[in-house]
Amino acid sequence: MASVPVEYGLILAGILFILGLLGVLVRRNIIFILLSIEVMLNSAGLAFIAAGYRWGQPDGQIMFFFILAMAATEVAVGLALALQFYNKTRTLDTDAASRMRG
Amino acid sequence: MILIWLIIIPFLGGIIAWYSDRLNTALPRWISLIALTFDFALLLALWFKPGIVLPPAGNLVQGSTMWLAELDRSWVPQLGISLHLAMDGLSLLLVLLTVFLGITAVASSWTEIQDRVGFFHLNLMWVLAGIIGVFLAMDLFIFYFFWELMLIPMYFLIALWGHENRFYAAVKFFIFTQVSGLLLLIAILGLYFIHARNTGVYTFDYLQLLGTYMQPATEFWLMLGFLIAFAVKLPVVPVHTWLPEAHTEAPTAGSVILAGLLLKTGAYGLLRFTIPLFPRAAFEFAPIAFVLAVIGILYGAVLAFAQTDLKRLVAYTSISHMGFVLLGIFAWNETALQGAVMQIICHGVATGALFILVGALQERIHTREMGRMGGLWATAPRIGGVALFFALASLGLPGLGNFIGEFLVLLGSFRVNIAAASVAAVGLIAATVYALWIIQRVFHGPNTFNWRMPDFRGREMIIMAAMIIVIVWLGLYPQPVFNKAGQALGNLQRSVDIIEIAKPRLSRAGDTRRGLSLFTDEAKRSRRIGTVPGVPMEAVNGR
Amino acid sequence: MIMFKLLWLIPALPFAGFIILALTGSRLTRTRTAVIGAGSAGLSMVITILTGIRFIGSPPPGNAYVQVLWTWMSVGGFRPEIAFRLDALSLAMITVVTAVGFLIHLYSSEFMAGDEGYSRFFAYMNLFVGSMLTLVLADNLLLLYLGWEGVGLCSYLLIGFWYKDTYNGYAARKAFVVTRIGDTAMGIGLFLLFTVLGTLQIQELMQRALQQWGSGNVMAGAAAALLLGGALGKSAQLPLQTWLPDAMAGPTPVSALIHAATMVTAGVYLIARTHVLFSLAPLVQAAVAVIGAVTLLIAGFSALTQSDIKRVLAYSTISQIGYMFLALGVGAWSAAIFHFMTHAFFKALLFLGAGVVILGLHNEHNMFKMGGLRKQLPLTFWTFLIGAASLSALPLVTAGYYSKDLILYSAWASEAGSPLLWAAGLAGALLTALYTFRMVFLVFFGEEKTRVERKPGMQIKIPLIILAVLSIIGGFVETPASLGGLHIFTKFMYTALPPVVNLPLPATGEFILEIEAALAPPIGIFIAYLFFLYRPRYTGRLASTPSGSALHRFWFSGWGFDWIYDRIIVRPFLWFARIDKNDFLDLPYLGTIWAGKGVNRLLVHTQTGKVRWYAVGIVIGAILALSAMVFL
Repeated sequence: MASVPVEYGLILAGILFILGLLGVLVRRNIIFILLSIEVMLNSAGLAFIAAGYRWGQPDGQIMFFFILAMAATEVAVGLALALQFYNKTRTLDTDAASRMRG
Repeated sequence: MILIWLIIIPFLGGIIAWYSDRLNTALPRWISLIALTFDFALLLALWFKPGIVLPPAGNLVQGSTMWLAELDRSWVPQLGISLHLAMDGLSLLLVLLTVFLGITAVASSWTEIQDRVGFFHLNLMWVLAGIIGVFLAMDLFIFYFFWELMLIPMYFLIALWGHENRFYAAVKFFIFTQVSGLLLLIAILGLYFIHARNTGVYTFDYLQLLGTYMQPATEFWLMLGFLIAFAVKLPVVPVHTWLPEAHTEAPTAGSVILAGLLLKTGAYGLLRFTIPLFPRAAFEFAPIAFVLAVIGILYGAVLAFAQTDLKRLVAYTSISHMGFVLLGIFAWNETALQGAVMQIICHGVATGALFILVGALQERIHTREMGRMGGLWATAPRIGGVALFFALASLGLPGLGNFIGEFLVLLGSFRVNIAAASVAAVGLIAATVYALWIIQRVFHGPNTFNWRMPDFRGREMIIMAAMIIVIVWLGLYPQPVFNKAGQALGNLQRSVDIIEIAKPRLSRAGDTRRGLSLFTDEAKRSRRIGTVPGVPMEAVNGR
Repeated sequence: MIMFKLLWLIPALPFAGFIILALTGSRLTRTRTAVIGAGSAGLSMVITILTGIRFIGSPPPGNAYVQVLWTWMSVGGFRPEIAFRLDALSLAMITVVTAVGFLIHLYSSEFMAGDEGYSRFFAYMNLFVGSMLTLVLADNLLLLYLGWEGVGLCSYLLIGFWYKDTYNGYAARKAFVVTRIGDTAMGIGLFLLFTVLGTLQIQELMQRALQQWGSGNVMAGAAAALLLGGALGKSAQLPLQTWLPDAMAGPTPVSALIHAATMVTAGVYLIARTHVLFSLAPLVQAAVAVIGAVTLLIAGFSALTQSDIKRVLAYSTISQIGYMFLALGVGAWSAAIFHFMTHAFFKALLFLGAGVVILGLHNEHNMFKMGGLRKQLPLTFWTFLIGAASLSALPLVTAGYYSKDLILYSAWASEAGSPLLWAAGLAGALLTALYTFRMVFLVFFGEEKTRVERKPGMQIKIPLIILAVLSIIGGFVETPASLGGLHIFTKFMYTALPPVVNLPLPATGEFILEIEAALAPPIGIFIAYLFFLYRPRYTGRLASTPSGSALHRFWFSGWGFDWIYDRIIVRPFLWFARIDKNDFLDLPYLGTIWAGKGVNRLLVHTQTGKVRWYAVGIVIGAILALSAMVFL
């Protein structure tokens, strides 16, 4: 099996991470922000997998499971928050939630 | 065991008072009163306890013989924390003062507090419990615990039942005492670790920490940590500004406890901890302390005169009076120390009474502004007479207890520092000015605003009569108090002597304490130097 | 001995009267109040007289009796006792205090009859008498200090007795604060004495002072000077005399008792009591004499210009105490006490007489609105005249003559005396006669200007008569050599005070001095007659010339002392109190608060409430942290 150089995996993870980050920063819709966070988490997971593959260790895959579990809970909590948020403000625009402005 | 009960009774009394609120709002008052009366009875039993022969010259490090009562249980042995409570004459007097003023505080807020009565009494009783703990703790960890414990209920007393500007005052009070308390904590830990490094024993026990050897610079910084914490409470002049706010804004009971007791914990701390634990550094600091004390006496008196808010005026007089205490403590000879103790007690009673009076006036005419008063004597001669009495006590009229305190402090410190004592004596003139000013502005002159108000009646007259009797008694026959305090003060002085002998390094402080060369012979003669076991007399005198 | 055992009752009875009156408030009837008030003072007088008879009849060993009641305190070698000492000096003092005190209580029971504070008045008066007796009988300086402050307090309370008038309160506070300045000096003196000599018990102290200090010792000088400070304040001598004229705001019996007969002479008593210290400090003692001489002149001139009858008497009191200080300063201790006694009689008499006038004229104090009262108030006139003659030291027939003559003689002949002091005293005697009879002429002679509304009753008349008799015969116990040379008083005093050391003086010299001293008062009276009765218009014209009126104003205002003190002490104090009301020292802490608030105001802008901004913040922070890790 032709091996993919580990750098490719890491670069892909980096690209994904930056895409996700830009999504978080640029999007105002809370659903999309959650999606972008999901992308960032997965990019981190990809980086773990790639690194674990490089060293031939299972640790990377274990960490990925952790991330997976965390992402799942995060989605659950995040969507619940989004629902509540929508109920309160009748919009999904995060900038509307600025009651904490000093 | 009696000592722990002294603390537990008000503590539990407070909790019960809190809950009893739901049944009847009068109940918390009665419960607090009964609890404190019970405490008072315990103390009287200790005062008259037969069979306690005070040892003539107890070796301090041996401990147990010097206490009237003691409780020493190991609590966290790994860290060297033990539940060590002990009472000597000094503690007894101060706890007695605490409970006495506690009773008057409860009685004086009988009609003033109508809101959240149960919670008020919870806080009141817990403050008292904390203060009693401070006066009894002989383990620095426990001491610190109580030191902080009395703070929080006091904060609530000011913040919840205070006057117009209460939050500002409460927060200011809290920050000042908390920050200085942290310095104290650091200093305690410093002492703890230095002692452990020297001996390998980790302990917070006061008696074991006495005489810990350390570098002069270290000693000075640790001493400063202790000193600042106590100086803020006392208060010493540059760090006094929390006091006028807190005293003015607190409810009557709060002011009584603040002025009568919380300030005294500072004085007690200096007496019990700062100087015995760090004698050389403290005596090196003594000249500065004298200057601060004299400034406090004069500055407090002048500012008292400057105030137009009656309660604030009384608050500033405390600064002036506590200056005498500071002077007496740092003069560190028997006369001055006894004077300081007497001043502590009498100031507690007299100023407490003045705050109760101000509270009573405010309850009647709803103002503390002296410009809105005048001529009240005609409508309330009893209030006027009582106020006159305590104003006179405050200005140090001979025959009243405060005079004894101030006179002995000045007499004792004159031997040590003529200039400080002489300038401090000028404070007596300034005290006259503000005390008479109170009488003039409030009770004399024309009754411009046509005030009509009820005079003192039963409950208030009983409180006042009790306080008047105490002040007159202390003014004419103070010897019982001197006898009780003498033993404790002698032990404290001896502990310092032992420490100084044990470390043969000569310190300049000796000179300060010994006094001017002019009076050296006299100073030697009148200073109490007990024979220290194993140390020849020459070593004591010839340092 | 049983009589001496009752010694403690002498001060205790008035105190008991005070406590009863203070506790019952105004619930007692006026008669009962008066009975308790005057009765306690009267009982005290009876015991004093009986004790005195016993004392003179069979003196106790050492001519002194000490009664120890209890040990006040015992701290570090400081062991003052509550103890009373009866000797010739204190006996003379308590006799005068209780006798004059009782008479004035009796007088007050009528004088104050219409006042709403009747019981308060008697309570304060009793407290005063008790404190004064404590002061005089005290065996140690601390107990003396207790009495000392106690009388100061009563003086304050009684000057401000009519408290509704703000001016009275001012006068009362002034009296208390000014005397407290002196008291503080005295307090420091006590610290010094105890620190150096190790006791405050007076006799012990004097002995130790003699043993440890030689004449001219610095310590003795300092101690004497500090005690002198206390005496100057209490006795209203230069430079602390300014409170006494204002103290006249109190009711007239108070002025008679406290501000003429007893309290103000406490300074004289103190110096006589501690005379050993002053003998050891010749410089301070000379200062006492000079202060006395200067004060008596200054006050004499001021008395000459006053229009308020009580202020004349007040300045006259200052002036007469000046004589006593002069006597003390030249070492004539007994002469000072003798003058204290006669002065107590005639000055109390004058004040009480003035009180009758004031009461009769609806509280009128201005002498220029009085006149011709001798017909309307005959008894008052005659007794007042006797008092005035005694004050002026009219030769032979008055008590004042014998005491003043003794002082003048000592001022010349004593070792410490000097012709200058004598001359000052003589000039003062002339002045005294001048201002005294100016007062008599203005009030009782001339045309009638007002009707007297209220005539005195028996309770007022009896004290006047008794005091008038005493003002005449009180001096016959001590006469100069040319008039029989009786020395009953001084001989008796010598059991407690050392005799004056006189330089040898030929008998003719003494006689010439006496003639001169005897001539001054009549001349003064004659001048007064010329200026104020015969040709009063000349006086008016003299006083209206520019220099005349300037001098008049200067003397009238008491030589500008009040003005100076106001500028250098009172105003700076008030100024500082005003600007520092909010406490400068709080500013650093307020500064911290402001700084905190300022920083908060800046940082609050970063709190946008927008999640994405926070995310940007996290990203930037992460980048910074990562680059720090990578590059540093």
